[in-house]
Amino acid sequence: MTGSVKYAFYPGCVSRGACPELYSATIEVCARLGIELETKGMQSASCTGAGVLQEKNRRLGDTLNARNFALAERTGLPLMTICSTCQGVMAQANDRLTKDPDYLKSINADLAPEGLEYKGTANPKHLLWILLEEVGLNRVRARVTRPLKGLKIAPFYGCYIVRPSSVLGYQEHPERSDALEQVIQVVGAEVADFPGKTACCGFPILTINEKASMKMVSNHTLSAKDAGATAMVTPCPLCHLNLDGYQPTAAAQARKPIDLSILHLPQLIGLAMGIDAKALGLNKHIMSTQKLVSQVAVAQ
Amino acid sequence: MEVTLNVRRYDPDSAKPAPYYQEYDLEIDETHTVLDGLIKVREEVDGTLALRCSCRSAVCGSCAMRVNGHAVLACKTKVRDLLHRGSTKLTVEPAGNMPIIKDLVVEFNVFWDKIRAVEPWLQPQGVPPQQEYIAPNEDMLHLAGVMACIMCGACVSDCTVLEVDKHFLGPAALAKAYRFVADPRDDAEKSRLGKLVQYGGVWDCTRCMQCVQVCPKGVDPMGRIMALRDRAIENGYHNSNGARHAETFARSIKHSGTLDELRLPIGTFGIWNVKEMLKLIPLGLKAQMRGKRPPIFHKAIPGAENVRRIFEKVESKR
Repeated sequence: MTGSVKYAFYPGCVSRGACPELYSATIEVCARLGIELETKGMQSASCTGAGVLQEKNRRLGDTLNARNFALAERTGLPLMTICSTCQGVMAQANDRLTKDPDYLKSINADLAPEGLEYKGTANPKHLLWILLEEVGLNRVRARVTRPLKGLKIAPFYGCYIVRPSSVLGYQEHPERSDALEQVIQVVGAEVADFPGKTACCGFPILTINEKASMKMVSNHTLSAKDAGATAMVTPCPLCHLNLDGYQPTAAAQARKPIDLSILHLPQLIGLAMGIDAKALGLNKHIMSTQKLVSQVAVAQ
Repeated sequence: MEVTLNVRRYDPDSAKPAPYYQEYDLEIDETHTVLDGLIKVREEVDGTLALRCSCRSAVCGSCAMRVNGHAVLACKTKVRDLLHRGSTKLTVEPAGNMPIIKDLVVEFNVFWDKIRAVEPWLQPQGVPPQQEYIAPNEDMLHLAGVMACIMCGACVSDCTVLEVDKHFLGPAALAKAYRFVADPRDDAEKSRLGKLVQYGGVWDCTRCMQCVQVCPKGVDPMGRIMALRDRAIENGYHNSNGARHAETFARSIKHSGTLDELRLPIGTFGIWNVKEMLKLIPLGLKAQMRGKRPPIFHKAIPGAENVRRIFEKVESKR
């Protein structure tokens, strides 16, 4: 890629709610990578349903996603998200909508009163995949001014950007399976590999089975630390809410200190680009990132 | 082609029983499955390797095990398909979430106990018909997808909830429960669902999709669990955190188009649940201090009335 690229930006609910730092870090990093974000045409996009709405009524979820896709089509731009859960839910909906013309037709009938029609051309993509496949990691590398030497970062994918692989393009894009590891290396850090990186963070059952949810948090963070991780990076803000926000509760339950900084994907890249920690919202985490930020500064 | 099988071994009869890994270098055919490789090891290299297999045709469900960290049927998985980027090594381990008897053989009692717990038999009421029970064809075709389960335990092996809570019924048993709840000949739907909404039941699933990914028969256990949740709510089981979470979530989207994160936990626990409300305070304060509290006045998206209209339209079709 040489010039800039432009996307219809779908930030999802969480980056405009409990994880505002993900939104600001995305804006900062995309500006430096020549990724233009169209927000105006997507203002009336709704929640994807996050898999929760689909529990009650799959068709309802598919209709709302078709509506969002139609809005993106109207901008004439490809669709970008920064939330793994949105990515997964949109990919599943898109798969059902595009492989069954009769289904799409009946869904479109419910969009018609708003003057919308989904033509089936949306290809929702997470920023992580856009970096790999469209922007190119070479461009990311070229913007790195502060390589994260000496840091060992654990990749945490979570579920929705990984499964079911059949609707997430892994066949056509096998490089997606270690996308986070590639980014970690491009920003000059080392990968801390650990077994739970594609497991569940526990967030979906936080209010239902808190004990099990907290055990997931402590299992993953502690096993990442055992692998030498200085920090963890995730493309999913919901995973972030649990791994960061509930880490103190998980540590208390496990009766072990954890103290692991959890970064959103653009925050990791932004750090290596020399962007100010505050502009990346690194002061907005529950687990302090101060130690990590000073480690990066000292390494210079 | 040359391949190395790195097999996790465990012998309970050894002097100091402890798991360890042993590598076997093999020359195998391009078409060979992981099971072909393991049988070759057992027959030609090391007769002490224990594994369970029978039909070798992905029908009996005996040879579920983990290859490179994920559950597969060894007889349905070609070695070649799992060797990526020039690698010649596969790591083979016993299925997870079940006790290991020896090497790749696991104890299935925990699996069967959970299947039995969902009462996997038809429970019709009333006078039995003179001849057979008549069921609509489309209902039975729908159920055929669940009945395709061969009880191999792959989904149980990789279930992320069972890893942290043994009380969870798990994907295989819950899919089996759906098979009877959705059977038109069964009359125990309400009482079955009443049990399934308890701790360890349908609401404890994280929706992580591991079971969907690893099922060798396309049973889609998680999809069945979601369908059970829906049926539970339809049958009046609203009084659980899971049901309240789903209903509060839907109300929020219907009202404003996006999720009101501040009110979701309040709606889930119920505002009069003093214990849970008090528990939320410390994190709420911390979030407030760090500038990550969701907005107190949740704003609706422009055109939220279109979302409401879609809700009403689609919900009326049910």
